[in-house]
Amino acid sequence: MRRNRGVGLLVVLPSIVAIAIFVYGFISWTVRVSLSNYNSFSSLLRGVYRFVGLRNYYRIFSDWRFQTDLWNTLFFTLFFILGTIAVGIVLALLIDSRIRGVKVFQNIFLFPMALAFVVTGTTWGWIFNPGDFPKDPMGVNLLFKQLGLSHLQWGWYTTTGHIGPFNIALIPIIIAAVWQLSGYAMAMYLAGLRGIPNSIIEAAKVDGATPWQLFWKVKFPLLKPITLSAMIILGHISLKIFDLVYAMTGSGPNNVTDVPAVYMFELTFRANRYALGSSISIIMLVMVAVVVIPYLFYSMRQQKEVRL
Amino acid sequence: MNQFDYRKLWLYMLLVGFAVFYLMPVYVLLATGLKSLKDVSVSTMWLLPTHPSFEGFEGAVKKLGPNLKNSFMLVIPATLISAFLGSINGYVFSKVRFKGDNVVFALILFGMFIPYQSILFPLIRFLQWVGLYNTIGGLILTHVVYGIPITTLIFRNYYMEVPDELVEAAHIDGAGLFGVYWRVLMPLSIPAFVVVVIWQFTNIWNEFLFAVTVTSSPVKQPITVALVNLAGSQVVQWNMQMAGALLTALPPLLIYIFLGKYFIRGLLAGSVKG
Repeated sequence: MRRNRGVGLLVVLPSIVAIAIFVYGFISWTVRVSLSNYNSFSSLLRGVYRFVGLRNYYRIFSDWRFQTDLWNTLFFTLFFILGTIAVGIVLALLIDSRIRGVKVFQNIFLFPMALAFVVTGTTWGWIFNPGDFPKDPMGVNLLFKQLGLSHLQWGWYTTTGHIGPFNIALIPIIIAAVWQLSGYAMAMYLAGLRGIPNSIIEAAKVDGATPWQLFWKVKFPLLKPITLSAMIILGHISLKIFDLVYAMTGSGPNNVTDVPAVYMFELTFRANRYALGSSISIIMLVMVAVVVIPYLFYSMRQQKEVRL
Repeated sequence: MNQFDYRKLWLYMLLVGFAVFYLMPVYVLLATGLKSLKDVSVSTMWLLPTHPSFEGFEGAVKKLGPNLKNSFMLVIPATLISAFLGSINGYVFSKVRFKGDNVVFALILFGMFIPYQSILFPLIRFLQWVGLYNTIGGLILTHVVYGIPITTLIFRNYYMEVPDELVEAAHIDGAGLFGVYWRVLMPLSIPAFVVVVIWQFTNIWNEFLFAVTVTSSPVKQPITVALVNLAGSQVVQWNMQMAGALLTALPPLLIYIFLGKYFIRGLLAGSVKG
């Protein structure tokens, strides 16, 4: 096949060049903008590039709104990953019981994966819309009222309440995100569960393991690689989450539901502060890279095939 | 009742409980979407409409119809081009190989994880420069390029499973690089094509960030952007908004319902949402 290699390289060359420009070239360009004075439309039009060093990064890190964004991202990521993985495992175990009719349930649990984040955001935004409660409640608050549970009403994603640095307005968004992606975690774990040799399960049962022990001592440890994959995939989704938040709540009162991607979007495309927006996007890139690159190396070394 | 039945009862109760959680938004979408504006009185939100009305849907179709069309005009060519590119790339990276291909592949792969915010401003400037800003063509180009990593990955993994002997045999029979691709791998890779086409179709359909930044005028925007704008543009008409959400969700949902098996395979083949 040797003689084909030159041709082969030629065939993939357009793709390689495209990625080189659109990924690596553009990232460098964004870095360059983030180190510049392009913080108004006129400065961009004049096109006089002035290098300002890390000034934009300094400004953005000392910006109260961006600090809130980082906290929000931290808590969102944490609870979103925990929730999605926990629900995913429970669903996978339920489906793996193979009682009659589970296939139907499996399809129900997975369908949100097919939907756009903006659809999820619009729908859950309506469900969690607090309305003018307690007088004129909407959504879940209304349901609470009709069930005689009015004392459970709260402001959902409009509240400025917080527990330490954790804005509780994030909870409805986390629920929506878990709703959307837990089926995916289920599918991953299900594939893992079905890959566990029956002999291992049987051996554990012969040794007298209870179902509880069987899960925690046998199955869960064997599913570790899947948990790692799920954490990486979900983690990098949540670090760059945008559409869901934008469609559901936007940045919210006092930025309680703001995330870096929303702030970046507003700075760059609404306020024409390109350099500041670019510095946020580079910070996001670094956060994602820290999570993803070690994992890419790990999985490429583990097997020839990359399964993510 | 013996022990076994209790276990089953518990399992079903849990399954049904979760199913209610997953289906509740669908119920809300239908219940609200099928009400007329005057019936969307907030106090009946959780009830099915007494007089189902298509007012919301009519409004949504009228408002979002052009954007629905934009989405199809974007998604169909973008999906086909990226499936083709992915398969030819996957072939080279799995069967032809060249020096340093693993490093190049890893560098390509990283492209699917980056937050697209980090290339967005240059991308827009570039598209303005080549005259593709605010066009469906610009969005097609964008999705094709950023689809290269995932489509290449899926096809590469798929072709890895094809025995090298098959390729060798075709070479001995005198087939060149394209001959092998066309006569041996293409016919074998129909399932991979189905997976990739579904994957790209769904992702590009659902995408929002590129859509909202690359196309700036409402007549050019795909349906996801129009749906979000629907909420911001007027006093919120919930029935129309829910009908619009349903309309936006429908094409990928139909794919999921009819081709779910391949959809899941795509998810597990190296999939990332967002």
